[in-house]
Amino acid sequence: MTHPANSKVIVEAEGIVKVLGTAPNEVKVLKGIDLQLHTGELTLLMGPSGSGKTTLLSILGCILSPTQGKLTISGFYTQNMSKEQLANLRRKHVGFVFQSYNLVPTLSAVENVMLALDLRDLSGPDAYDNAVDALEAVGLGHRIKAMPSKMSGGEKQRVSIARALAGSPSVILADEPTAALDAKNGMAVMELLANVAKDTRRAVLAVTHDHRTLQFADRIITIDDGRIAASERPKISGRAVEVPAH
Amino acid sequence: MELAVNAPVGVKSALSKRARSGKRTMPMVVKLAYRNLFHDRLSFFVTVVGIVFSVVLVAVQSGIYLGSEKKIAAIIDAAPADFWIVPLGTKSYDDPSFLSGRERHMALSTPGVENSEDMVVSFARWRKPEGGTNTVLLIGTAGDSPKALPWNIIEGSRKALEAPATVAIDQSYFPDLGVNKLGQHAELNGASVELAAITKRIRSFTTLPFVFTSIEEARRLSGAEQNQATYQRVTLLPNADIESVRAELERRLPDTEVLTQDEFRKRSQGYWLFQTGAGAALIAGALLGLIVGIVIVAQTLYSSTKDHINEFATLRALGAGAGYIVKVILLQAVLSGFIGYVLGMALALLAIQAAQDTKLTVIMTPQLAGSLFAVTIGMCIFAAISAIIKVVRIDPAVVFSR
Repeated sequence: MTHPANSKVIVEAEGIVKVLGTAPNEVKVLKGIDLQLHTGELTLLMGPSGSGKTTLLSILGCILSPTQGKLTISGFYTQNMSKEQLANLRRKHVGFVFQSYNLVPTLSAVENVMLALDLRDLSGPDAYDNAVDALEAVGLGHRIKAMPSKMSGGEKQRVSIARALAGSPSVILADEPTAALDAKNGMAVMELLANVAKDTRRAVLAVTHDHRTLQFADRIITIDDGRIAASERPKISGRAVEVPAH
Repeated sequence: MELAVNAPVGVKSALSKRARSGKRTMPMVVKLAYRNLFHDRLSFFVTVVGIVFSVVLVAVQSGIYLGSEKKIAAIIDAAPADFWIVPLGTKSYDDPSFLSGRERHMALSTPGVENSEDMVVSFARWRKPEGGTNTVLLIGTAGDSPKALPWNIIEGSRKALEAPATVAIDQSYFPDLGVNKLGQHAELNGASVELAAITKRIRSFTTLPFVFTSIEEARRLSGAEQNQATYQRVTLLPNADIESVRAELERRLPDTEVLTQDEFRKRSQGYWLFQTGAGAALIAGALLGLIVGIVIVAQTLYSSTKDHINEFATLRALGAGAGYIVKVILLQAVLSGFIGYVLGMALALLAIQAAQDTKLTVIMTPQLAGSLFAVTIGMCIFAAISAIIKVVRIDPAVVFSR
């Protein structure tokens, strides 16, 4: 398998096992996952419901700890880290895009992005300027003061992407980013994520069920019953595929 | 709507440092706290009403307590002395019995004593001009003393009380005593007395009205002997050693107690406020107000936290430390407390103002206002504990299951 020039491994998972519940009702959700995410790539994680996609995403995002296995993010080995140390690692190196956007409804678009920056100790006018930049980068420069309740699903997801971008993380993890969107907005969001992944210092992993998004992938990993069933590079790169008109 | 899909979205472009706003912005943690608070206005209204109720209740109860303390000690504070020589076993200022009569001369001959003044306090029977009787507390002091009583005279004068069979009463007791003009007569222990002075806002803690007169009249009306008094107010020479003078007075006057001004004040206040249970009732009322406030604030903060639990979980997922989220909850509590305190204190001050010329004495001091502010904020922070426990236990993994 080949990778883009200058790309490097930013996330490395080795032998990840995750057991949920306690005996005798425990369930082995992940059964030994080996995975690398490379900078400059959009990787899609696919698989049937219950295959362990979301659990793997939670572990890669340092929200859950693996029962067994090693995880390294941006050179930081996560084993034995406390909850607060993991939160610190997430804050500095991981950006999230959620299926339901998860914006704070009482804050405007720019304030939602500023909140993420505030967590990274960037506040005041610099945070405002950076948040506006991030929103402009996702095409929402004209909607910075809009409240989430006044935005469409596509707009909210773009704010969510801007929020993830604003912290300048080395990896962005997206949980079914198109699931709550119509086809047109879904494709637009995927194209945006593909563009985000062009940055050679960042890797993007998106969990998806949506086969229409395959065209944007640099790599597709299929997971089934807690194991990686396939990892392949599609023949057609997403950049060459036509994007629906808006 | 067009997406910005043509150019790569890089860190540098997204986080360029060009100055755009230049304006100061409110810290996000504060903004999030107050937006959460004001988001559900009904819930916020309930919180503030709870705090206002609590602040008013605690302020008024504490104000009545302070007012009671002041009222109980009013006569003692108006007639200051280094020592009070009181009959053995005196419970409070208005629990009078007579000294033997030799105390003044014994005190004056004690080294270190500059002066000793008689004060007579006695229960007496007041007969109104129109009929009907009342028990009063008769108080007599030497008219030539700079510490002579009463004070706050609004009609007549202290000088007028030097005339035989004259008295002074407070205007708030007009209905109780059946007189309301200078020159009117009533009977005190069967003897005719004339109203020669009227005071303002000198009320006793009990239901017995104060009636002031000269020391001679007080002795005559209460049936005391020529040299007898209820209390001796002793003033010391400037360089006198307080404890050695007290020891000498106690040695010379074995059937008395020698109390400092502060000791006599505290004994009187302690008797009325704690031995009778009046103070305990006031303190219980204030505590009840606090408990009501804590319960209401805790309930609404917990409910608000539950309403915003997904946002807090998202913040945790984005890497917010527990401290950051706790800060948001605490700020919500402090903001609620501050707003509730301002409104509650305004209402309490109005209530205190309205009670000014009534039988109820309610006092608000800067110290009490400051203490109440600290108590209110403390109460709200305490009330936030359940909400804090809730957010600290958030599992950020829930953000992926929605």
